[in-house]
Amino acid sequence: MTWELLSETLRLEHYNTRLVVFGVAFLGATAGLVGSFLLLRKQSLLGDALSHATLPGIGIAFAVMAAMGLSGKSLPGLLIGATITGLLGVLLVLAIRKTTRLKDDAAMGIVLSVFFGLGVAILKMVERIPGQSAAGLDGFIYGKTASMIWSDFVLIAIILLITIIVTIAILKELTLLCFDADFSSAQGWPTLWLDIILMALVTAVTVIGLQAVGLILVIAFLITPPTAARFWTNRLGWMLFLSATIGAISGWLGVSISALYSNLPAGAIIVIAAAIIFLFSMIFGTARGVLPRYFRHLQLQRKVGRQHLLRSTYEILENTQNGEPLKNLPISMDLLRKHRYWGKGELPRLIRQGRSEDHVERQPSGELRLSESGFGEASRITRNHRLWELYLIKYADIAPTHVDRDADMVEHLLGAEIVHQLEAELDLSKPTIDSPHAIEPTEHELQTRPTTKIPPP
Amino acid sequence: MRPEHPPEFPLAVHDLTVAYHRKPVLWDVELNVPKGTLAGIVGPNGAGKSTLLKACLDLIPKTSGEALVYGKPYEHQRDLIAYVPQRESVDWDFPISALDVVTMGTYRKLGWFKRISRSQKQQALEALEKVGISHLAKRQISQLSGGQQQRVFLARALVQEAEIYFMDEPFAAVDAATEQAIIELLQELNSKGKTVLCVHHDLATVSRYFDYLVLLNMRVVASGPTSETFTRENLQKTYGGKLNLLDDVAQALKNVGRS
Repeated sequence: MTWELLSETLRLEHYNTRLVVFGVAFLGATAGLVGSFLLLRKQSLLGDALSHATLPGIGIAFAVMAAMGLSGKSLPGLLIGATITGLLGVLLVLAIRKTTRLKDDAAMGIVLSVFFGLGVAILKMVERIPGQSAAGLDGFIYGKTASMIWSDFVLIAIILLITIIVTIAILKELTLLCFDADFSSAQGWPTLWLDIILMALVTAVTVIGLQAVGLILVIAFLITPPTAARFWTNRLGWMLFLSATIGAISGWLGVSISALYSNLPAGAIIVIAAAIIFLFSMIFGTARGVLPRYFRHLQLQRKVGRQHLLRSTYEILENTQNGEPLKNLPISMDLLRKHRYWGKGELPRLIRQGRSEDHVERQPSGELRLSESGFGEASRITRNHRLWELYLIKYADIAPTHVDRDADMVEHLLGAEIVHQLEAELDLSKPTIDSPHAIEPTEHELQTRPTTKIPPP
Repeated sequence: MRPEHPPEFPLAVHDLTVAYHRKPVLWDVELNVPKGTLAGIVGPNGAGKSTLLKACLDLIPKTSGEALVYGKPYEHQRDLIAYVPQRESVDWDFPISALDVVTMGTYRKLGWFKRISRSQKQQALEALEKVGISHLAKRQISQLSGGQQQRVFLARALVQEAEIYFMDEPFAAVDAATEQAIIELLQELNSKGKTVLCVHHDLATVSRYFDYLVLLNMRVVASGPTSETFTRENLQKTYGGKLNLLDDVAQALKNVGRS
């Protein structure tokens, strides 16, 4: 591979490359858009059954056209045949679902494999038709991207345009159908027709995708982009846009790479490109990706841990002193260790963290002392915690709808605004509040208490 | 119009039979629900409670019989009924916000192809306000608690401004505060003369929540004002041999005296 070739490919200098790249990118955008709804309607397997069921149609269409004395390889004819048996496959799945008690996956598995097997057999048979060459028909199985011509491109562009128009026009109807079909139907929307429109779009994408990526891989083109997009957003509009974009990028990447290495099949590379984007999204996706979720969790855990350390220290100070105002005195590690349950290695880690944030400092004697800022922070955290407890005790009947986690977690999510609101509602605005439940020192603590008890001056 | 099902009834069910795979789920159901009642549909698991609601809403085919809404088939009266499906019937991972779900209640009035505008969103927000969770409007629905999700469903029914409310187990697996909020809402609807029909499974609260009762076990065992219908005899007929439930029944009957 030379640099000229690379730059030629990327800059789309060849007419043919340009045609194929744009064609497949448009196809990817269409598939991403339609696939989003297919996925949300939980019918992705139906798309798979549909694509596999197109194969016998191709073989039969070839035979019929040959028998009529036409060229067996006229593309529109083949695609019409593919559409007919594809839809037949879908109808069969629906019929099996309705008349027997078979589960969806079983019904689809049967139809998918039977139609595909039938298709393979028919392709073998039509090879023997005299005067016609069936060679190349199996290109529909794995796709033959490079053979795309201008009319194919136009067809793809038209389908993309139709898909965009339909999606924009009936976005709310389709959304309602996918989210809650029963409610949609009770409201009088023709759910059957909406499903048919959706299936028609899926069929159109599948059939025009046959040539480019092949019937085995076209389902990946429909499903991978929306699944990847979902990791980045919780909003449907964005998901549709991202899914279409990811589809288009996969198509562009796949075609470009296969143009560089001419022995690589484009269909497979397109799907691999989509899978790589999917993997990337799964790990880094901002809305539901694994890493951002892990970091959010870690962040919360750190925050919670820090607050536990500061609050425990503050409570120990309260327990060991009688006079007001509370003085910031060093406390023994032993007391801290016994004050609450700490996980293995948790306390040393929290203290390290607290020291780096300049909230606690070690005394030469090994005791722990809050820094000036740590003392203020500890007093604030303890106060918030108690406000929250009071709130729960007083307003237990309304609280559950305003909180998502149990009390110990929510405390760490309280913002300044809620704290003000709590103060107003509880009529408590003094800087420190006594804990509504007595912080009972254990017997053990009572025994150890005198060791750190500082005699009042 | 048959005399036994006069058109002033919000819901009149005549001779309704529903069967799945030849196995009947509902059998010759006869029912008149009077206007302005807060009616509970009670019965054991598999008694066909949800099926009754769905059959009335044409969501599943009737094997025979009819359900009339103010004397006319449901397809001519869709604006009159708001439906709250079971919470588990939808995928709460769906990429939409609480406000989006509630806005769905306005789609029918909005009609085909029309875009959602500020006025629909405003209506939806007001409904969320009524169920006490307007501060969660922008939140993705999977980040709501079970009780909050149920409130979202209720809000979606409220924006429909219907005359009759069909609710499928609105109290299932919600927190105590939500249960209280829902019942207050139902009573408010009821006081405005709306009719509420509610699938319910907690016998202990039946007499407190509902003024009209439909005891269902494939057929209507009894229906009428709760004070007359909620009797030991009727409950035994409804729950039959399900002995483990009899204790619940006894407890529930004790509660009748108290409320």
